[in-house]
Amino acid sequence: MNSFEHTHHAHCESGVVSSMLRHHGMHLSEPMVFGLANALNFAYIPFVKIGGMPLIAYRSMPKSIIRNIRKNLKIEMKMETFSSKEKGEKRLDELLEEGRIVGAQSSVYWLEYFPKEIRFHFNAHNLLIYGRNGDEYAISDPVFDKSVTCSRASLTKARFAKGVMAPKGLLYYPVSVPKENNLDAVIAKNIKKTAKTMLNTPVPIAGLRGMRYLAKAILKLDSKEKKYARLFLGHIVRMQEEIGTGGAGFRFMYASFLQEASERFCNDPVLAEASKLMLSVGDEWREFALMIAKSIKSKKPIDYRAISEKLMHISENEAKVYRKMLEFKAKN
Amino acid sequence: MDIKSVPQDNSETYANMKKAIYAADENGRMQTVGSTGWDVEEIATQTALEEIEKSIQDAYEEVKAGEKSPLYYHMYDARMDLLVLAQSTGFFQWTIKRHFRPEVFRKLSEKKLLAYCDVLGKTVDEIKTVPKDRDE
Repeated sequence: MNSFEHTHHAHCESGVVSSMLRHHGMHLSEPMVFGLANALNFAYIPFVKIGGMPLIAYRSMPKSIIRNIRKNLKIEMKMETFSSKEKGEKRLDELLEEGRIVGAQSSVYWLEYFPKEIRFHFNAHNLLIYGRNGDEYAISDPVFDKSVTCSRASLTKARFAKGVMAPKGLLYYPVSVPKENNLDAVIAKNIKKTAKTMLNTPVPIAGLRGMRYLAKAILKLDSKEKKYARLFLGHIVRMQEEIGTGGAGFRFMYASFLQEASERFCNDPVLAEASKLMLSVGDEWREFALMIAKSIKSKKPIDYRAISEKLMHISENEAKVYRKMLEFKAKN
Repeated sequence: MDIKSVPQDNSETYANMKKAIYAADENGRMQTVGSTGWDVEEIATQTALEEIEKSIQDAYEEVKAGEKSPLYYHMYDARMDLLVLAQSTGFFQWTIKRHFRPEVFRKLSEKKLLAYCDVLGKTVDEIKTVPKDRDE
């Protein structure tokens, strides 16, 4: 087995990429990976359903972190999907035999090491496989505080789960990682990119417009069945906080990225300020979740207007962060 | 969020796991802190779990009463719904709905049964019946 070391991360995909690159000699923190991949976003897509509920995401599309990091840092990364379970298992074993560490996309539901309480049909989880002992795989799952093991049967089932965002056995691993990168230029470029994407989304379902769209949908819950309204609100919080997603968590992580970026640019005051603003936006997202949790629990009628207004307010404050980010000018 | 505000609510839904959260220390420096849970998140997760549990129990009773085929129970027991089962098997929703009828399900071909077994993680024998007692 190789000398891989597990690290506990806040999010699966950025965590896998950070751990993987570190193993290959490129030291980028998880927030740095997240920031450089333009991963911060928001989307409310009422016509795509997950468990009967609309898709709400607090980040970019699954796999986009891997793809964007590969592109932005000129890393040669192989991504392989498979037409059958047998081929997928065989290829994984071969790669491990070569001493590689391998990233994989999987369902959460079929991973036996996940607690039953959070095993839902979510197909875009990411984990890192770094060894095998017979039919037991050594796995570094970034959202777990320790490394875990998983049986062949469970891992294969999870890698080949079907349905929305089916992983198709996806495996990914770097072939070559560049020694030198003009990181400062990449950072500056992607700070601008994220800010622009969030402020000027062309479609009403994403970015800040997506938040306002969801805020309006919350208002409409008033005319819906009470039970549905409660489940809908609960769903927003689950998508925001449950393991594997983490909405406020992404804002905190991005704040950490902005802080790190500020330090790289001789303690740039604009980025330092943007980091602080983003940190407090993260807190507001948590207040929003708390507000919802209280209203779900309470027997009193739900104040949809207050919840909707809170979300509108968050979108305004997030807009301020992005405008601040656009003021940043790299001085070298 | 500062480090001291990171919730440590020992949520049951975390099952003794910890979640890493980025938070600022007293000097404003950000780092990860392990959280043992947050009541707010637990309420949201529990609400969803209760809803799932209710669907499973309702389905179990309908199957026991002979109104629905065992497939109906096994779908909910695997935390799926009609949409997810259709996406997973590739069958049309209306086809699956027909298979919820006990008389149709009884005559189902081995091939179709195996398709259900595969996505639900059951054996052919298991999928043809429901457990005598169900403990949650």
